[in-house]
Amino acid sequence: MATIALRNLVKSYGKAEVIHGINLDIADGEFVVFVGPSGCGKSTTLRMIAGLEEVSGGDILIGDQVVNELDPKRRNIAMVFQNYAIYPHMSVRQNIAFGLYTSPLSRDQKDARVTEAAKMLGLEALLDRRPAALSGGQRQRVAIGRAMVRNPAAFLFDEPLSNLDAQLRAQMRIEIKRLHQRLGTTIAYVTHDQIEAMTMADRIVVMRDGHILQSGTPTEIYDAPVDVFTAQFIGSPSMNLLPAVDAGGRIVAQPGGPLLVGLRPHDLVVGVPDGAFTVSGEVTAVEPLGHETLVHFLAEGRPVTATAPARMIPAIGGTVQASAAAGALYLFDAATEKAMGRR
Amino acid sequence: MTTAPTAPALAMPRIRPGRIVIWTLLFLGGVIMVTPLIFMFSTSLKTAGQVYDLRMIPAAPTLDNYIKVLSDGRFLRWFFNSTIIALTVTLSNVFFDSLVGYTLAKFRFRGRYFVFLAILSTLMIPTEMLVIPWYLMSAEFGWLNSYWGIMFPGMMTAFGTFLMKQFFETVPDDFLEAARIDGLNEFTIWWRIAMPLVTPALSALAIFTFLGNWTAFFWPLIVTTSQELYTLPIGLSSFAVEQAIQWEMIMTGASLATLPTLLVFLLLQRYIVRGVMLAGLKG
Repeated sequence: MATIALRNLVKSYGKAEVIHGINLDIADGEFVVFVGPSGCGKSTTLRMIAGLEEVSGGDILIGDQVVNELDPKRRNIAMVFQNYAIYPHMSVRQNIAFGLYTSPLSRDQKDARVTEAAKMLGLEALLDRRPAALSGGQRQRVAIGRAMVRNPAAFLFDEPLSNLDAQLRAQMRIEIKRLHQRLGTTIAYVTHDQIEAMTMADRIVVMRDGHILQSGTPTEIYDAPVDVFTAQFIGSPSMNLLPAVDAGGRIVAQPGGPLLVGLRPHDLVVGVPDGAFTVSGEVTAVEPLGHETLVHFLAEGRPVTATAPARMIPAIGGTVQASAAAGALYLFDAATEKAMGRR
Repeated sequence: MTTAPTAPALAMPRIRPGRIVIWTLLFLGGVIMVTPLIFMFSTSLKTAGQVYDLRMIPAAPTLDNYIKVLSDGRFLRWFFNSTIIALTVTLSNVFFDSLVGYTLAKFRFRGRYFVFLAILSTLMIPTEMLVIPWYLMSAEFGWLNSYWGIMFPGMMTAFGTFLMKQFFETVPDDFLEAARIDGLNEFTIWWRIAMPLVTPALSALAIFTFLGNWTAFFWPLIVTTSQELYTLPIGLSSFAVEQAIQWEMIMTGASLATLPTLLVFLLLQRYIVRGVMLAGLKG
């Protein structure tokens, strides 16, 4: 196990700088999830940690050692790729054992490690199969098994669940989380899926355009986003934003106002007569989810999503009013888009 | 009034006229391709007197020609020469073309495109233009009348390099990077990971190279003067000159010479088809 530290880390391709001097400390045994939209630099950062991309500036430390110039194999890390990268010409057993290809362990010791990993991942019955005969989830488990057998100092996951369907993704999220709890190894995990980030991470690192915008526990990021981007990126459905003014202590929606008021759809409830903030508009779509209903409407020309009790399904074209309670309002400066606290 | 249920009419598959035209053309093409081979085999079973009797099935088929050809030490020698040369050149191409193709496909280095274009540009030069420099080079280095002299121009080919580069480009980088993280060196990554993933292309390259060298005539004719070093095509042509064109013997030799190529094709054809299909899919 090991700590990972990034010190003013920079990555450039020619003259184009894509990572702009980021700093981060990942504690021993911590599960850190890098999250952000495509092109934000999260995968590039992970690949630099792995040694698959050269560092243009700054330092990467694994444990106490600066590893900038070390080959990937000397960093004692293991990586799981988005498309599994398990070798189609080898059986499951050979694929898992391949993680030990250069290991000085004896054949028996290697076999024991493979069997142990297969047992832990529920792959025992599949050891002699080829990858073509496995499902997506099983393939991903093989990839994890290949990483596990090496007992690496840290695991790096590069969007490992992106190719799986929603049900399998939910299942694998739990499995990876359990694996982390059992092994206790440091994990750096990249995803663009904020649900993965929220459900799995000890700490989330939100990235955008090669910068780290915010780093914190899932609750911290959800409850106190530093800016509009983070607020909208984390949480599903996405946070509503409306221009507003502070009218003597009460926040009121107003086009062109100096504030942006952020409202999580689950805090904005249809049918509640009054609250700290009230908004109304014409219903454009309704999504009954069983336990609740998502109501989409237009307020001040902007799309807003609110929730309604399960059995309340407003008519499309009708007018609804939704309110949020005190403490549920996120305020942002409309000019800088930086957070100004909650109200 | 009720009517007895009628038996459902048998569904006749509808044959489209376009299909008939295509099948007819393919059939004719097949006949045109196969007829010379059948005629070759048929002639090899005839006696000298029957050669100009153009029946496909000989009146009195005989294996005497095969016995004669196989008991002639020269034929076996030429067969051996062709086998050694075709196999060596094939192995060399499979190894070096794929090594260079892999490097050009998977490594970023200064001058990569220039090297690739330089290799590709040699495809534009006809063999006839290269023969004189090859000959002068062979004479200078003492390679005339040697296996090496016959083989060296084909030990690596631009076509093979191009083919392998195109296929290696389809191998996802993640495979190679995963192996890099697992601690493999670059040569082992190529050999253990990348090569097995392009087996169809390797098979296609092996077949093309083997067939090309098995039937090569022009350069081996120029570079060899000793009968000991003749390859099968040169040897068979010398049959024609020396023995006042004994067609039945030439056809017997040719039939025997066809066997290895048939064998190679039969063994590897499924890979060839897969290789062609994959190349097509990649567009």
